[in-house]
Amino acid sequence: MKESTGFGRAVLAILWKDLAAELRGKELLSAMLVFALLVILAFNFALDLDPKTRASVTSGVLWVSFIFAGTLGLNRSMATEQDRGCLDGLLLAPVDRSAIYFGKMLANLVFMLIVEAVVLPIYSALYNVNLFRPGLLLMVVLGSVGYVAVGTLLAAMAAQARTRDMLLPLLLFPVIIPVLIAAVKGSAAFLAGSAWADVSSWVNLLLAYDVLFLAVPLMVFDFVVEE
Amino acid sequence: MQKYPKTLLLLDLATVLLLAVATVLVFAYAPLERTMGAVQKVFYFHVASNWVGMLGFLVAAVAGAVYLVKGTRFWDVLEVAAVEIGLVFSLIGIVTGSIWARPIWNTWWTWDARLVTVTIMVLIYIAYFLLRQGIDDPGRRARYAAVYAIVGFLSVPLTFFSIRLFQSIHPVVITSTKAQLSPRMKTVFMFSLFTYTVLFADLLWHRTRLGQLAAHLETLRQKMLD
Repeated sequence: MKESTGFGRAVLAILWKDLAAELRGKELLSAMLVFALLVILAFNFALDLDPKTRASVTSGVLWVSFIFAGTLGLNRSMATEQDRGCLDGLLLAPVDRSAIYFGKMLANLVFMLIVEAVVLPIYSALYNVNLFRPGLLLMVVLGSVGYVAVGTLLAAMAAQARTRDMLLPLLLFPVIIPVLIAAVKGSAAFLAGSAWADVSSWVNLLLAYDVLFLAVPLMVFDFVVEE
Repeated sequence: MQKYPKTLLLLDLATVLLLAVATVLVFAYAPLERTMGAVQKVFYFHVASNWVGMLGFLVAAVAGAVYLVKGTRFWDVLEVAAVEIGLVFSLIGIVTGSIWARPIWNTWWTWDARLVTVTIMVLIYIAYFLLRQGIDDPGRRARYAAVYAIVGFLSVPLTFFSIRLFQSIHPVVITSTKAQLSPRMKTVFMFSLFTYTVLFADLLWHRTRLGQLAAHLETLRQKMLD
């Protein structure tokens, strides 16, 4: 019992540290937000988002902008630990290494959810569609969990490489495809108002990959930060 | 270091013999498919290549897990060998699929779920080599590669089941209930699967041996320089 509270406290401490650092600078969140909006505007011109095509591509456009913005956040979250030797300090702390992973992952998740919470209403207003449906929000949360779960692990690896910023998207995008496909297809189905029977297989696929992408990093994160 | 192992030589001979027999079987014994004609024969090697590709990635993920537990260099060498072979055979699978698709689907390539997921799988393992290249410290390189081999393999099941999850035009030949093949075709199919599995074992052994020799050479060179 005592150990589990220690674990939880360590996770919260790391989450709090990341949030506090971000609240003082607000560099990352503003960069992610502006970038996500820029991607949506770029799509507006690239795809000619008139009302007819919009219905079929909305979920794709949203997810691509979330994922691009998320990469910025993931790259940054590990690079800042690396640059000033903060990671060594974290590793010296007498806590389970997976607590570090969970803390970083939750911080990344919070950043991503904040970006999504701002982008969704803006998109709704700009394109005059109501995106605030419970099903879509569920997909956004589940998709973000899967993305951030494996993204935090791979970002920790990419931060150690010579080609760090370049390497993360190359490692992350192909691995994340199952989550992305399920999230895009599921969101599109919820937006189109499909019956639960049509959506359930995507929700199940997404849940399965969320569990996998949380469980595997938990087991292997030790080996990634080990010196 | 060591002499050429006798068992490996035997395996080489067996592989060459099996490949020759499989080729003869495919062209002489297997019946001509009624609607598709001769081009259907590419199927025997297409499926076998993709099977070896998947097998390679599975072996790589297992070797990665064992490496993380044990930390001996052999498992890292085996993992690289398995990924390399898996990658080559997946590419052979894509090319042979294209050869079949040109007359049957009337196009070399189509954006079908099966084709796209296989290509993404290939990209994962190309990224695997980019990751290896990007890290200088050998111990860390091996650990990260092992982690990525495990994480990457998680998306392989999706590739395999994509045909059932999505609306796909790719044929499903083997289902749990029946195989849509005539008895003769099935014999040839099973034989070519077996042949390619032996070929995989042979190549894996060679490539692992090469990797170990290269590592040995590196230590000798270091010793000379010191």
